[in-house]
Formats: sequence, structure tokens, C-alpha cells
Amino acid sequence: MKAIQTNELTKRFQEKTAVDGLNLTVEQGELYALLGVNGAGKTTTIKMLSGLLAPTSGDAEILGYSLRKSLPEIKARIAVSPQETAVAPNLTVRENLEMIAGIYGADHAQAKERTAELIEKFHMQEIIKTKAKALSGGWQRRLSIAMALVSEPKLLFLDEPTLGLDVLARRELWNVIRTLKGQVTVILTTHYLEEAEALADHIGIINSGKLRISGTAQDILKAADETDFEAAFIKLAGGAEA
Amino acid sequence: MKRTLCFAKRNLKELVRDPISLFFGILFPIILLLLLTLINQGIPAQAQMTLFEIETLAPGIGVFSMSFVALFAAILISKDRSGSFMLRLYTSPMTGTNFILGYLLPLLPMGLAQLAVCYAAALALGLKFSVNLLLSIAVSVPILAVNIAIGAICGTCLNEKAVGGICGALLTNLSAWLSGVWFPLELVSGLNHIAAVLPFANAVDAARAAVKGDYGAIPGKLWIVCVWAVVLLIAAVVIFAKKMKTK
Repeated sequence: MKAIQTNELTKRFQEKTAVDGLNLTVEQGELYALLGVNGAGKTTTIKMLSGLLAPTSGDAEILGYSLRKSLPEIKARIAVSPQETAVAPNLTVRENLEMIAGIYGADHAQAKERTAELIEKFHMQEIIKTKAKALSGGWQRRLSIAMALVSEPKLLFLDEPTLGLDVLARRELWNVIRTLKGQVTVILTTHYLEEAEALADHIGIINSGKLRISGTAQDILKAADETDFEAAFIKLAGGAEA
Repeated sequence: MKRTLCFAKRNLKELVRDPISLFFGILFPIILLLLLTLINQGIPAQAQMTLFEIETLAPGIGVFSMSFVALFAAILISKDRSGSFMLRLYTSPMTGTNFILGYLLPLLPMGLAQLAVCYAAALALGLKFSVNLLLSIAVSVPILAVNIAIGAICGTCLNEKAVGGICGALLTNLSAWLSGVWFPLELVSGLNHIAAVLPFANAVDAARAAVKGDYGAIPGKLWIVCVWAVVLLIAAVVIFAKKMKTK
């Protein structure tokens, strides 16, 4: 069973086609990066795959369930860390984690246990009693990802997880994301080329709502006949648009 | 139910950690009560003005101050909607009913506590204690549900800025003019007919009747408030669920 298999997935907003006949396959356990410039259709794709937006046409099979027919089953098995930090500002780090665990059905003891695990994994011991609104941007983003993991999802969507972070916070978050590989299927959207290259098992380049190519970083370099990833991206994404 | 309670617990913490909601919820009704009691002391007995006597005034202000609960609900929901926190919850298994109940549950005890504090202050100002005060608090549950539902609808449909105007100014003014707390509605031609079909004045009359032990007068007023509460709560759930789908 694939983690994600889309079939001509399309989203139109009046005149604009944000995602155009997307056929995407993601294997279980891998970290797949959707790479594209701003407005390429990455976030719309994530919103459709996580049930936030209904597709205009096409369908997707997510963890074996049809996006159109079995959304509640899908929602119980996925988690999303949205582009902006998604935390309850007046709750502490611990309270944020325990609340999300409870919302996904964990009892009190399970929520406490899972929270303790994530606090250790994400090195948040010193900030567990700090309110989320008092954390730095990097720590808030880290908490936001931990909140997505507290429900033990089978599939995790990370939408531009390092957007707006400084270089140190970004590298720290990369290390956190690396620890997820193999434990959970991760779909990461980014417009940072080096981020996709450094983290992903497979990369899909999306432009003007269409998937231009999908493969490993080496596959993409080979297809573009380039040795530099940025040059390959410009050739494949920009060339297709021209 | 578990996810509703988890969400309700979070909302309660957000509310009690906000000093503005504590000021408007607890202190402001007491300040109103004190001011109007002082004004009442200056009104000569010959004027036969009973509106500001403590056993009429306290339930009136108590019920009126529940319109602030609508403001708290609206601000909390619109704030949640303005950030990505709600997006995260929309992708969770929570339903529209889970959301509305999650907002309703912490606001109900908060509103009732607000009324109890108002009555406690009124006791210090001369209101006689009786079990009728507890009945009056119970009778005020439907108008509290009405205000929470209005707040939920406004918070779901409007942004943070608009919520302040609609719930903070318009709703509190409407509920003041149409409640009969500040002036007898019969003084303004036609206003009493409008107020008779709306929940505000009926809720105030029911709470006043309870305080005075006029039990027979309660059901005739309360059923109108109950109908509004049911209709508005269902509307809140439907509108929230619809918004979830269009996000």
C-alpha cells in the first residue's frame, strides 16, 4: 500500500487552476519534498490531501482510503503542521501537546506519556512550563511539529516548516525532521532547494499547479543534465513554464 | 465527547488567562451595580422609580452582563480562526458539534459564576438572600446559551476587528435597549412589541420573577428564550461546519 497515490487531482478557483491533474505517488516511510516557487500549488496540494479543500476533480488514495469517500478515516491517521506556527498561545508547551493528544483520542495517561516522549525527543525540557506565545519563532515551530506528532500519525504534512526562520534555527529544525525519517511518512513542502536536497528521499518539482518531475535528487540532476541542483530546478521548473 | 472536553479545557484556560475577560466578566457588572445603586439612593420616593431597586436591578444587570460572554466567545473564535491553530484543528477528527460544544462548555460556568458574583455584590448592597437567587441563576442558563451562540456565529463569520464592533458595541447596545434593564420598554412606542419576541427582555423578566418568588410568571417568559437558544445553537453548529468545509 502506498502512503499517497493521487489520480488527476485538480483544484480550480474560478479562472485559476491552482493544481492541475496531479499524479503523485509517495511510498510509506519516506520523506517526500514538494518543491516549487511561491504560488506553485504546493500548499493547495497539501490542503486537498489533508481534507481542508475539496478537489474540483480527481481523487487521491491516502493510506488506502479515498479522499472523496473516507475523509474521517484519513483525518484520524494524518497530522498537519501548517505553514504558520499553529499553537494555542496562552497554553504552555506541555498543555499544547496534551490537548492535541486528547483531541486525537488519547486518554489522560497516554497523553502524558506521549507528551513526555516528545518533550525529550525535541529537547523541550526547559520550556515545558513556558506559554507558547513567549517562545521564539524557532521553538514555536518546533512545538508546532511536535504537536503534529503527538497523535502518532501515519502521515505527516509539513508545510514550509522552516519559512521565516534564521539559518541556525533552520538547521536545528532540519535535524529534528531527519529524526522522523523511517518512523512516519513525511510530505514536506518547501521553496528552499537546499532543504529539499538535504532532507528528502524523493523530490517532486511543482510549477503552475503541475508536477514537472518526481524522483531522487540524482534523478532530477540527470534529467536536467546538470551537476548543480539550482540549475536543474531552474531548467525543469522555469523551462516548463516558458 | 473526549475531544470536546479536551478542547473545552483549552478554551477555559485561554479565557481565564485573559485579563480583559476577567475585567468585563466580573468587575464591570459590579461597578454598574454600585453606580446605579448610588443613583437610586438619590431618587426621591415620590418618583415611584422601582427600576433601580436592588431586587430589580441585580437580575437585570446580571442578565445584561451576559452579553459580554457573547463578546468573549466571538473574540476567542475569531482569534482562533485568524491563525493557523484552527487549520490544525480542521485537519483533526473534530466535527462542527465538537467545536461549538467545546466553546460552549467553559463559557456556561463562566457566565453563571459571573451572575453569582453579581448577586453576591448585590447581597452586600441590600439584596435579601433566598433560594430564589439560585433559581434566578438557573433560569438564566438559556439566555447565556443565546449569548454564547450569537458570539459563536459572529466569531465564525467575522474577523477580530469586526467582532469588536458587532459584539462589543452593537450586541451589548441592542441587548441593553431591548432588555428593559435601563428604562421601561413601554416608554418607547413599539419597542415593547419588538422586545416581546426577542430573548433579552424575556430573560430579564424571568430572572426578576425568580428573585421575587413570582414562580408563575417564569414559564411564559422562559420558553421564548429557550426557543431562541435552541435555534441559535443549531445555527452556530451549522454555520461553523459550513465554514470548516469552505476553508
